[in-house]
Amino acid sequence: MSIKHHLTDALIMAYSAGSLPEAFSLVVATHISLCDECRARLESYDAVGGALLEETGVADVSDASLDAVLARIAGTPDEPRQPVARMKDAVFPAPLRDYVGGDLDDVKWKRVGGGVRQAVLKTASGARVRLLSIPGGTAMPDHGHRGTEMTMVLKGAFRDEEGRFGRGDVEVANEDMEHTPVAEEGEDCICLAATDAPLRFNALIPRIAQPFLGI
Amino acid sequence: MSVEKPQESPWAEKLRRVHEHQDKAAFAELFRHFAPRVKAFLIKSGASETLAEECMQEVMTTIWRKAHLFDPTRASAATWIFTIARNRKIDALRKQRRPEPEDLPWGPEAEPDQEDVIALQQESKRLGQALAQLPGNQRDLVERAYFGDLSHSEIAAETGLPLGTIKSRIRLALERLRHEMR
Repeated sequence: MSIKHHLTDALIMAYSAGSLPEAFSLVVATHISLCDECRARLESYDAVGGALLEETGVADVSDASLDAVLARIAGTPDEPRQPVARMKDAVFPAPLRDYVGGDLDDVKWKRVGGGVRQAVLKTASGARVRLLSIPGGTAMPDHGHRGTEMTMVLKGAFRDEEGRFGRGDVEVANEDMEHTPVAEEGEDCICLAATDAPLRFNALIPRIAQPFLGI
Repeated sequence: MSVEKPQESPWAEKLRRVHEHQDKAAFAELFRHFAPRVKAFLIKSGASETLAEECMQEVMTTIWRKAHLFDPTRASAATWIFTIARNRKIDALRKQRRPEPEDLPWGPEAEPDQEDVIALQQESKRLGQALAQLPGNQRDLVERAYFGDLSHSEIAAETGLPLGTIKSRIRLALERLRHEMR
Protein backbone atom coordinates (compact mmCIF):
# COMPACT_ATOMS: atom_id res chain seq x y z
CA MET A 1 0.00 0.00 0.00
CA SER A 2 1.26 3.46 -0.78
CA ILE A 3 -0.11 6.02 1.64
CA LYS A 4 0.61 9.59 0.51
CA HIS A 5 -1.34 11.73 2.94
CA HIS A 6 -0.33 11.37 6.58
CA LEU A 7 -1.28 12.64 10.04
CA THR A 8 0.04 16.01 11.24
CA ASP A 9 2.63 16.22 14.05
CA ALA A 10 0.14 18.06 16.27
CA LEU A 11 -2.42 15.23 15.97
CA ILE A 12 0.16 12.49 16.60
CA MET A 13 1.58 14.33 19.61
CA ALA A 14 -1.88 14.91 21.10
CA TYR A 15 -2.78 11.23 20.55
CA SER A 16 0.48 10.20 22.23
CA ALA A 17 -0.19 12.54 25.14
CA GLY A 18 -3.73 11.19 25.45
CA SER A 19 -5.42 14.57 25.03
CA LEU A 20 -7.29 14.07 21.73
CA PRO A 21 -11.06 13.66 21.80
CA GLU A 22 -12.09 10.03 21.34
CA ALA A 23 -13.54 10.68 17.84
CA PHE A 24 -10.19 11.96 16.53
CA SER A 25 -8.30 9.21 18.36
CA LEU A 26 -10.33 6.64 16.43
CA VAL A 27 -9.24 8.13 13.07
CA VAL A 28 -5.60 8.33 14.26
CA ALA A 29 -5.64 4.69 15.48
CA THR A 30 -7.30 3.53 12.24
CA HIS A 31 -4.71 5.32 10.09
CA ILE A 32 -1.75 4.06 12.14
CA SER A 33 -3.09 0.51 11.79
CA LEU A 34 -2.33 0.85 8.05
CA CYS A 35 0.69 3.19 8.13
CA ASP A 36 4.12 2.18 9.49
CA GLU A 37 5.49 5.68 8.89
CA CYS A 38 2.98 7.28 11.27
CA ARG A 39 3.33 4.34 13.70
CA ALA A 40 7.06 5.13 13.95
CA ARG A 41 6.26 8.84 14.40
CA LEU A 42 3.79 7.97 17.17
CA GLU A 43 6.33 5.77 18.95
CA SER A 44 8.88 8.60 18.83
CA TYR A 45 6.35 10.92 20.51
CA ASP A 46 5.69 8.16 23.05
CA ALA A 47 9.45 8.29 23.73
CA VAL A 48 9.02 11.96 24.71
CA GLY A 49 6.39 10.83 27.22
CA GLY A 50 8.82 8.18 28.51
CA ALA A 51 11.59 10.75 28.93
CA LEU A 52 9.21 13.07 30.81
CA LEU A 53 8.05 10.24 33.07
CA GLU A 54 11.66 9.47 33.87
CA GLU A 55 12.53 13.01 34.97
CA THR A 56 9.45 14.72 36.21
CA GLY A 57 9.60 13.89 39.87
CA VAL A 58 8.33 11.26 42.24
CA ALA A 59 5.38 10.85 44.61
CA ASP A 60 5.35 8.97 47.91
CA VAL A 61 4.80 5.24 47.50
CA SER A 62 4.97 2.88 50.48
CA ASP A 63 6.19 -0.70 50.66
CA ALA A 64 2.59 -1.64 51.44
CA SER A 65 1.77 -0.58 47.85
CA LEU A 66 4.26 -3.09 46.49
CA ASP A 67 2.70 -5.82 48.65
CA ALA A 68 -0.77 -4.83 47.41
CA VAL A 69 0.39 -5.07 43.77
CA LEU A 70 2.07 -8.44 44.35
CA ALA A 71 -1.20 -9.68 45.88
CA ARG A 72 -3.14 -8.46 42.82
CA ILE A 73 -0.68 -10.23 40.52
CA ALA A 74 -1.01 -13.51 42.45
CA GLY A 75 -4.77 -13.37 42.11
CA THR A 76 -5.09 -12.96 38.34
CA PRO A 77 -3.75 -14.67 35.23
CA ASP A 78 -1.36 -13.09 32.71
CA GLU A 79 -2.65 -11.50 29.53
CA PRO A 80 -2.91 -13.97 26.65
CA ARG A 81 0.37 -14.34 24.81
CA GLN A 82 -0.89 -14.06 21.26
CA PRO A 83 -2.00 -10.66 20.01
CA VAL A 84 -5.43 -10.65 18.38
CA ALA A 85 -5.07 -11.97 14.86
CA ARG A 86 -5.43 -9.53 12.01
CA MET A 87 -8.38 -10.23 9.75
CA LYS A 88 -6.69 -10.51 6.38
CA ASP A 89 -9.54 -9.48 4.12
CA ALA A 90 -11.19 -6.95 6.41
CA VAL A 91 -11.86 -3.47 4.98
CA PHE A 92 -11.82 -1.92 8.46
CA PRO A 93 -8.72 -2.14 10.70
CA ALA A 94 -9.30 -3.54 14.22
CA PRO A 95 -9.99 -0.27 16.12
CA LEU A 96 -12.72 0.68 13.64
CA ARG A 97 -14.24 -2.84 13.64
CA ASP A 98 -14.43 -2.48 17.38
CA TYR A 99 -16.61 0.67 17.12
CA VAL A 100 -18.75 -0.64 14.25
CA GLY A 101 -19.24 -4.06 15.83
CA GLY A 102 -18.06 -5.72 12.62
CA ASP A 103 -16.71 -4.94 9.17
CA LEU A 104 -18.08 -2.94 6.21
CA ASP A 105 -21.01 -5.34 5.70
CA ASP A 106 -22.16 -4.76 9.28
CA VAL A 107 -22.51 -0.95 9.10
CA LYS A 108 -26.01 0.32 9.82
CA TRP A 109 -26.20 3.01 7.15
CA LYS A 110 -28.71 5.86 7.01
CA ARG A 111 -29.48 7.59 3.73
CA VAL A 112 -28.81 11.33 3.71
CA GLY A 113 -29.77 12.14 0.10
CA GLY A 114 -28.00 12.10 -3.26
CA GLY A 115 -27.04 8.47 -2.76
CA VAL A 116 -24.80 9.46 0.16
CA ARG A 117 -25.10 7.29 3.28
CA GLN A 118 -23.69 7.80 6.75
CA ALA A 119 -23.41 6.03 10.08
CA VAL A 120 -22.54 8.03 13.22
CA LEU A 121 -20.33 6.04 15.63
CA LYS A 122 -20.78 6.39 19.37
CA THR A 123 -17.96 8.26 21.11
CA ALA A 124 -17.55 10.60 24.07
CA SER A 125 -18.76 14.18 23.53
CA GLY A 126 -16.44 16.91 22.27
CA ALA A 127 -16.11 15.67 18.70
CA ARG A 128 -18.05 13.32 16.43
CA VAL A 129 -17.01 10.61 14.04
CA ARG A 130 -18.99 8.94 11.30
CA LEU A 131 -18.64 6.65 8.33
CA LEU A 132 -19.62 8.09 4.96
CA SER A 133 -20.42 6.22 1.76
CA ILE A 134 -20.31 8.40 -1.35
CA PRO A 135 -21.28 6.97 -4.76
CA GLY A 136 -18.53 7.06 -7.40
CA GLY A 137 -18.49 10.34 -9.34
CA THR A 138 -20.51 12.19 -6.68
CA ALA A 139 -19.36 15.39 -4.99
CA MET A 140 -19.63 15.89 -1.27
CA PRO A 141 -21.52 19.14 -0.68
CA ASP A 142 -19.12 22.09 -0.84
CA HIS A 143 -18.25 22.96 2.74
CA GLY A 144 -16.00 25.03 4.95
CA HIS A 145 -15.15 24.21 8.54
CA ARG A 146 -15.58 25.84 11.88
CA GLY A 147 -13.12 23.51 13.55
CA THR A 148 -10.86 20.64 12.52
CA GLU A 149 -12.04 17.86 10.24
CA MET A 150 -10.17 14.60 9.62
CA THR A 151 -11.23 12.39 6.74
CA MET A 152 -9.66 8.98 6.12
CA VAL A 153 -10.37 6.81 3.08
CA LEU A 154 -11.07 3.11 3.71
CA LYS A 155 -12.26 2.05 0.25
CA GLY A 156 -12.38 3.76 -3.15
CA ALA A 157 -10.89 7.23 -3.48
CA PHE A 158 -11.76 10.92 -3.64
CA ARG A 159 -10.10 13.96 -5.14
CA ASP A 160 -10.20 17.57 -4.10
CA GLU A 161 -8.07 20.72 -4.33
CA GLU A 162 -5.37 18.97 -2.23
CA GLY A 163 -4.96 15.92 -4.49
CA ARG A 164 -6.06 12.29 -4.65
CA PHE A 165 -6.89 10.36 -1.49
CA GLY A 166 -6.99 6.54 -1.63
CA ARG A 167 -7.18 3.77 1.01
CA GLY A 168 -5.26 4.77 4.14
CA ASP A 169 -4.83 8.42 3.14
CA VAL A 170 -6.04 11.02 5.62
CA GLU A 171 -6.93 14.65 4.98
CA VAL A 172 -6.74 17.12 7.84
CA ALA A 173 -8.73 20.29 7.11
CA ASN A 174 -8.95 23.39 9.27
CA GLU A 175 -11.08 26.51 9.44
CA ASP A 176 -9.51 28.30 6.48
CA MET A 177 -10.06 25.48 4.08
CA GLU A 178 -12.89 25.25 1.64
CA HIS A 179 -12.74 22.09 -0.40
CA THR A 180 -14.96 19.98 -2.57
CA PRO A 181 -14.15 16.28 -2.35
CA VAL A 182 -15.44 14.25 -5.31
CA ALA A 183 -15.53 10.45 -5.17
CA GLU A 184 -13.69 8.84 -8.07
CA GLU A 185 -15.78 7.17 -10.78
CA GLY A 186 -16.42 3.52 -10.05
CA GLU A 187 -16.92 2.01 -6.61
CA ASP A 188 -18.41 3.87 -3.66
CA CYS A 189 -15.91 5.83 -1.58
CA ILE A 190 -16.05 4.78 2.08
CA CYS A 191 -14.55 7.34 4.50
CA LEU A 192 -14.17 7.77 8.23
CA ALA A 193 -14.66 11.44 9.13
CA ALA A 194 -14.26 13.19 12.48
CA THR A 195 -15.19 16.81 13.24
CA ASP A 196 -15.03 18.94 16.35
CA ALA A 197 -17.65 21.38 15.04
CA PRO A 198 -20.60 20.85 12.70
CA LEU A 199 -19.74 21.21 9.01
CA ARG A 200 -20.81 24.50 7.48
CA PHE A 201 -22.26 23.78 4.07
CA ASN A 202 -22.12 26.64 1.62
CA ALA A 203 -25.10 25.66 -0.46
CA LEU A 204 -28.47 26.68 0.96
CA ILE A 205 -30.27 23.34 0.86
CA PRO A 206 -27.66 21.32 2.74
CA ARG A 207 -27.47 24.10 5.34
CA ILE A 208 -31.19 23.74 5.99
CA ALA A 209 -30.85 19.97 6.07
CA GLN A 210 -27.89 20.09 8.44
CA PRO A 211 -29.79 19.83 11.73
CA PHE A 212 -31.61 16.76 10.44
CA LEU A 213 -28.50 15.02 9.19
CA GLY A 214 -26.79 15.40 12.52
CA ILE A 215 -23.49 16.48 10.97
CA MET B 1 41.47 -10.14 28.01
CA SER B 2 37.82 -9.55 28.12
CA VAL B 3 35.92 -7.84 25.35
CA GLU B 4 33.58 -5.35 26.91
CA LYS B 5 30.04 -6.38 26.16
CA PRO B 6 27.58 -3.58 25.55
CA GLN B 7 25.24 -3.25 28.49
CA GLU B 8 21.61 -4.08 28.09
CA SER B 9 19.39 -1.39 29.55
CA PRO B 10 18.92 -2.35 33.20
CA TRP B 11 15.17 -1.74 33.10
CA ALA B 12 14.66 -3.64 29.82
CA GLU B 13 16.65 -6.52 31.34
CA LYS B 14 14.42 -6.51 34.43
CA LEU B 15 11.26 -6.54 32.31
CA ARG B 16 12.70 -9.54 30.47
CA ARG B 17 13.32 -11.31 33.79
CA VAL B 18 9.74 -10.60 34.86
CA HIS B 19 8.45 -12.06 31.61
CA GLU B 20 10.78 -15.08 31.39
CA HIS B 21 11.15 -16.05 35.04
CA GLN B 22 8.28 -14.30 36.85
CA ASP B 23 11.13 -12.72 38.82
CA LYS B 24 9.62 -10.89 41.82
CA ALA B 25 12.93 -9.31 42.87
CA ALA B 26 13.34 -7.74 39.43
CA PHE B 27 9.74 -6.56 39.59
CA ALA B 28 10.32 -5.00 43.03
CA GLU B 29 13.21 -2.98 41.58
CA LEU B 30 11.06 -1.82 38.67
CA PHE B 31 8.35 -0.94 41.18
CA ARG B 32 10.64 1.14 43.42
CA HIS B 33 11.85 3.14 40.42
CA PHE B 34 8.70 3.54 38.34
CA ALA B 35 5.76 3.44 40.80
CA PRO B 36 6.63 6.85 42.38
CA ARG B 37 7.03 8.32 38.86
CA VAL B 38 3.77 6.89 37.55
CA LYS B 39 1.97 8.19 40.63
CA ALA B 40 3.52 11.67 40.22
CA PHE B 41 2.47 11.65 36.55
CA LEU B 42 -1.13 10.86 37.54
CA ILE B 43 -1.19 13.55 40.25
CA LYS B 44 0.16 16.13 37.78
CA SER B 45 -2.58 15.05 35.39
CA GLY B 46 -5.19 15.99 37.99
CA ALA B 47 -5.79 12.80 39.99
CA SER B 48 -6.30 12.96 43.76
CA GLU B 49 -3.79 11.14 45.97
CA THR B 50 -6.25 8.23 46.43
CA LEU B 51 -7.08 7.89 42.74
CA ALA B 52 -3.43 8.21 41.75
CA GLU B 53 -2.46 5.44 44.19
CA GLU B 54 -5.23 3.17 42.90
CA CYS B 55 -4.36 3.80 39.21
CA MET B 56 -0.63 3.41 39.89
CA GLN B 57 -1.27 -0.03 41.40
CA GLU B 58 -3.31 -1.00 38.34
CA VAL B 59 -0.54 0.25 36.02
CA MET B 60 2.12 -1.72 37.91
CA THR B 61 -0.07 -4.85 37.79
CA THR B 62 -0.48 -4.40 34.01
CA ILE B 63 3.31 -4.15 33.65
CA TRP B 64 3.66 -7.60 35.22
CA ARG B 65 0.92 -9.11 33.08
CA LYS B 66 2.00 -7.58 29.78
CA ALA B 67 5.79 -7.82 30.19
CA HIS B 68 5.87 -10.32 27.28
CA LEU B 69 4.56 -7.60 24.94
CA PHE B 70 7.43 -5.19 25.67
CA ASP B 71 9.68 -4.80 22.60
CA PRO B 72 13.07 -3.29 23.58
CA THR B 73 13.96 -2.59 19.92
CA ARG B 74 11.09 -0.10 19.65
CA ALA B 75 10.72 1.46 23.10
CA SER B 76 12.63 2.03 26.31
CA ALA B 77 11.11 0.63 29.50
CA ALA B 78 10.15 4.18 30.55
CA THR B 79 8.39 4.76 27.22
CA TRP B 80 6.47 1.51 27.41
CA ILE B 81 5.42 2.22 31.00
CA PHE B 82 4.40 5.76 30.02
CA THR B 83 1.97 4.35 27.40
CA ILE B 84 0.36 2.08 30.00
CA ALA B 85 0.05 4.95 32.51
CA ARG B 86 -1.37 7.26 29.82
CA ASN B 87 -4.03 4.73 28.82
CA ARG B 88 -5.04 4.31 32.46
CA LYS B 89 -5.25 8.11 32.78
CA ILE B 90 -7.58 8.41 29.76
CA ASP B 91 -9.82 5.70 31.17
CA ALA B 92 -9.87 6.82 34.80
CA LEU B 93 -9.54 10.62 34.54
CA ARG B 94 -11.02 11.51 31.17
CA LYS B 95 -13.59 8.68 31.23
CA GLN B 96 -13.09 8.00 27.53
CA ARG B 97 -12.26 4.90 25.59
CA ARG B 98 -8.85 4.78 23.96
CA PRO B 99 -8.95 3.39 20.42
CA GLU B 100 -5.57 1.67 19.86
CA PRO B 101 -3.95 0.84 16.53
CA GLU B 102 -4.25 -2.75 15.33
CA ASP B 103 -1.50 -4.99 16.66
CA LEU B 104 1.25 -5.70 14.20
CA PRO B 105 0.89 -9.24 12.86
CA TRP B 106 4.07 -10.18 14.70
CA GLY B 107 4.84 -9.89 18.39
CA PRO B 108 8.23 -8.82 19.71
CA GLU B 109 10.97 -11.18 18.58
CA ALA B 110 11.91 -13.98 20.96
CA GLU B 111 15.55 -12.86 20.85
CA PRO B 112 15.76 -9.18 19.96
CA ASP B 113 19.06 -8.11 18.39
CA GLN B 114 21.14 -6.56 21.21
CA GLU B 115 22.60 -3.95 18.86
CA ASP B 116 19.10 -2.71 18.08
CA VAL B 117 18.19 -2.68 21.75
CA ILE B 118 21.28 -0.67 22.64
CA ALA B 119 20.86 1.77 19.73
CA LEU B 120 17.28 2.45 20.78
CA GLN B 121 18.43 2.88 24.36
CA GLN B 122 21.06 5.45 23.28
CA GLU B 123 18.51 7.37 21.20
CA SER B 124 16.15 7.43 24.19
CA LYS B 125 18.95 8.77 26.37
CA ARG B 126 19.79 11.47 23.83
CA LEU B 127 16.12 12.44 23.70
CA GLY B 128 16.00 12.69 27.49
CA GLN B 129 19.08 14.92 27.51
CA ALA B 130 17.65 17.13 24.76
CA LEU B 131 14.44 17.45 26.75
CA ALA B 132 16.37 18.42 29.88
CA GLN B 133 18.24 21.11 27.92
CA LEU B 134 15.17 22.76 26.39
CA PRO B 135 14.65 26.38 27.43
CA GLY B 136 12.26 26.57 30.41
CA ASN B 137 9.23 27.82 28.51
CA GLN B 138 9.47 25.17 25.78
CA ARG B 139 10.02 22.42 28.29
CA ASP B 140 7.01 23.73 30.20
CA LEU B 141 4.91 23.54 27.03
CA VAL B 142 5.91 19.94 26.33
CA GLU B 143 5.17 18.99 29.92
CA ARG B 144 1.74 20.63 29.81
CA ALA B 145 1.02 18.84 26.54
CA TYR B 146 1.75 15.45 28.12
CA PHE B 147 0.54 15.93 31.68
CA GLY B 148 -2.10 18.60 31.41
CA ASP B 149 -4.95 18.90 29.00
CA LEU B 150 -3.50 21.36 26.54
CA SER B 151 -5.54 21.11 23.35
CA HIS B 152 -3.64 19.99 20.29
CA SER B 153 -4.03 23.31 18.51
CA GLU B 154 -2.10 24.99 21.32
CA ILE B 155 0.83 22.63 21.15
CA ALA B 156 3.85 23.90 19.31
CA ALA B 157 5.55 20.91 17.74
CA GLU B 158 8.48 23.21 16.96
CA THR B 159 10.56 22.44 20.02
CA GLY B 160 13.46 21.10 17.97
CA LEU B 161 13.61 17.80 19.87
CA PRO B 162 15.69 15.23 17.95
CA LEU B 163 12.71 13.05 17.01
CA GLY B 164 13.96 12.39 13.47
CA THR B 165 16.64 9.88 14.46
CA ILE B 166 14.58 7.93 16.98
CA LYS B 167 11.73 7.81 14.47
CA SER B 168 14.06 6.46 11.76
CA ARG B 169 15.33 3.82 14.16
CA ILE B 170 11.82 2.68 15.11
CA ARG B 171 10.90 2.70 11.41
CA LEU B 172 13.89 0.46 10.64
CA ALA B 173 12.92 -1.92 13.44
CA LEU B 174 9.39 -2.15 12.01
CA GLU B 175 10.70 -2.77 8.49
CA ARG B 176 13.14 -5.45 9.63
CA LEU B 177 10.41 -7.24 11.58
CA ARG B 178 8.01 -7.04 8.68
CA HIS B 179 10.69 -8.43 6.38
CA GLU B 180 11.64 -11.28 8.71
CA MET B 181 8.05 -12.33 9.25
CA ARG B 182 7.34 -12.70 5.54
